[in-house]
Amino acid sequence: MVENESPYKKYLREERLPHIFCPGCGNGTVMSTFFKGLEGTDIDFENVAIVSGIGCSSRIPGYAKCDSLHTTHGRALSFATGLKVGNPDLDVVVFTGDGDAASIGGNHLIHAARRNINLTVICINNNIYGMTGGQISPTSPKGSFGTTAPYGSRDMPFNLAELVSAAGASYVARWTTTHPIQLSKAIQKGLENEGFSFIEVVSQCPTYFGRKNKMKTPLSMFQYIKENSVNKRRAEKMDESELEGKIIVGEFANNPHAELTANIKALAEENSDKPLAIKSAFEELD
Amino acid sequence: MVEERFVQGNEACALGAIAANCRFFAGYPITPSTEIAEQMSILLPKYGGSFVQMEDEIASAGAIIGASWSGMKAMTATSGPGISLMQENIGYGFITETSIVIINVQRGSPSTGQPTMSAQADMMQVRWGSHGDYEPIALAPSSVQEFFDFTIKAFNLAEEYRVPVTVLADEVVGHMREKLIIPDDIEIVTRKRPEKVDGQYMPYDAPEDGTTPMPAFGDGFNIHVTGLTHDERGYPDTNDPDTHTKLVERLCNKVLMHRKDICSVKKENCDDADIVIVSCGSPYRSVGAAMKKAMEEGIKVGSLKIDTPWPFPEEEIAEIAKTASDIIVPEMNLGQMVHEVERAAHGEANVHLIGKIGGILHKPDEIYEKIKEIKG
Amino acid sequence: MIIIDSKLCKGCDICIATCPKNVYSKSDKVNTKNVYLPFPEREEACTKCGLCELSCPDQAIYVEKEVK
Repeated sequence: MVENESPYKKYLREERLPHIFCPGCGNGTVMSTFFKGLEGTDIDFENVAIVSGIGCSSRIPGYAKCDSLHTTHGRALSFATGLKVGNPDLDVVVFTGDGDAASIGGNHLIHAARRNINLTVICINNNIYGMTGGQISPTSPKGSFGTTAPYGSRDMPFNLAELVSAAGASYVARWTTTHPIQLSKAIQKGLENEGFSFIEVVSQCPTYFGRKNKMKTPLSMFQYIKENSVNKRRAEKMDESELEGKIIVGEFANNPHAELTANIKALAEENSDKPLAIKSAFEELD
Repeated sequence: MVEERFVQGNEACALGAIAANCRFFAGYPITPSTEIAEQMSILLPKYGGSFVQMEDEIASAGAIIGASWSGMKAMTATSGPGISLMQENIGYGFITETSIVIINVQRGSPSTGQPTMSAQADMMQVRWGSHGDYEPIALAPSSVQEFFDFTIKAFNLAEEYRVPVTVLADEVVGHMREKLIIPDDIEIVTRKRPEKVDGQYMPYDAPEDGTTPMPAFGDGFNIHVTGLTHDERGYPDTNDPDTHTKLVERLCNKVLMHRKDICSVKKENCDDADIVIVSCGSPYRSVGAAMKKAMEEGIKVGSLKIDTPWPFPEEEIAEIAKTASDIIVPEMNLGQMVHEVERAAHGEANVHLIGKIGGILHKPDEIYEKIKEIKG
Repeated sequence: MIIIDSKLCKGCDICIATCPKNVYSKSDKVNTKNVYLPFPEREEACTKCGLCELSCPDQAIYVEKEVK
């Protein structure tokens, strides 16, 4: 490590810094918590591949000094599925956002969870489309404002952690950027879980969500998220009206079960005397 | 040992993929291509390979690109509606230079159209379907044997040029059964891997008409792959006009400047023909009988069969246009490739379309009648 | 010792909000992008918990750990 610099900088492509994220954007914090979570595991960073779709959070892999695949909008999980099934030895991590994962990519999200494929998905939920300039997203709270909800959103938002738990993921947690320690622990657990792990991070977008919703500074958004977070255990004792507008944080699923790539490997072993084929493109045939 | 079998076209395609060392398939059921997915789900576990039935065709295209970057030869199979859904990710395959193979067993269109009937509905969808400038490679089989051979060739071209390659079959070729000869000396192109040089490898630093070796994720190169316009390091550089021009021109040139190596046509009796029948895929099956019948009457008729609709064999068409007075183009659509033939003929021959939709192949007499009409 | 990388800091002040010991204050110094940088005004209160390092969205904070 280079002395006198952030311990998380060594994981970044230094020539690309500073990153494009706005001042106070939570994406950078999530990046560091991911590296911290990774340090808690036995995983070698050289073996990590990061996949993303389109949006602000999907720019994260471009800064991480490992193999990274920045794909099309909403489709990161399909690319990640191919990458992981193609070589189950890789540690595949997906960075995505609320629009990318839950709107355009919603179908891929529930099916990846259903298959319980061994991926770690970090979904940075800032309740808005930041890259395109502040349109409401499928997680925007009722009544919140965006450039496409000038009179306040009347749509019902998705509860992502509950959605992905119901779809069959074996590890699901929700934390916020104001809980970096708990968040990095959850990411560590997700990386260690041999199955589909989904970590939702409620994050601040001061530039668009904040400006549209009377929280113009990064600090005001940060404080808002901190003050409105309620631990899941406490939330279970609260009624619906008390929970209005609250962010429930904690673990939503921790239920290891049969995993896709292990099933594929077992099927190949039952039907062939050859080991599971990997890197077939480089293989010379007799 | 040479093996002879009597199989369906879609099964021959799956056997070709296995022979080419394809060990990853992701797909979604769609008529008339489904048997390819079914066959791959049977065969792949026997060869240690991986099969995933995805949630839709968009995911299938994404999964094979992901698998290709894991170091696998990867394929999907679909039909027109599925290709429509895949187009965005196919474009991603072009800009990131990812070797993948897509099988398109064409059916009656537009929209859901005629699922069980044949057509050449996607000749232009494969050429222009994704947004932007790119040069696709496509192969069109006219028999079960060619479906096998061209699937292998598609994998070889995909590896050679680092591009998505499409096999443009159709329902006739996909569902008919014929003799298949599986030779014992199949030529397979293996993916070139970059030399390991610490910090020196530039994943997109390629000559103006070429590409670079493609590493697998996990090989230690820490590469960044993006659908954004990128520089030679692979890093996004979306605002510099020169970076974009250089990248996209190279992506086109690496196919266009090797057109002669990629293009394949089969010519019969063309040298002194007055009329040449230019066909591609299944309609070729009716050309022979029509040509024979006309020749028996003393009419000089030749045949040029296009194996590779893309890149289009411009020079071969231009050459026959110089000697023949008329060119007949039988197509199972209302005129797609005929415009390419006209363009390449530069007005030196009269070009006549026999466009046919509805799902039934041209009868030899429909082509013969056109010959007579021209000679009339 | 706490070091703030003035080239990377975007002046969001999250370190000020995060620090449980209220170590940071805003300075009147600006970096080349006209960003007012934070500085560890009450560094003696720092317990080296690393929360600011982890929370900083711009990987701009270094907290020197105890040398044992």
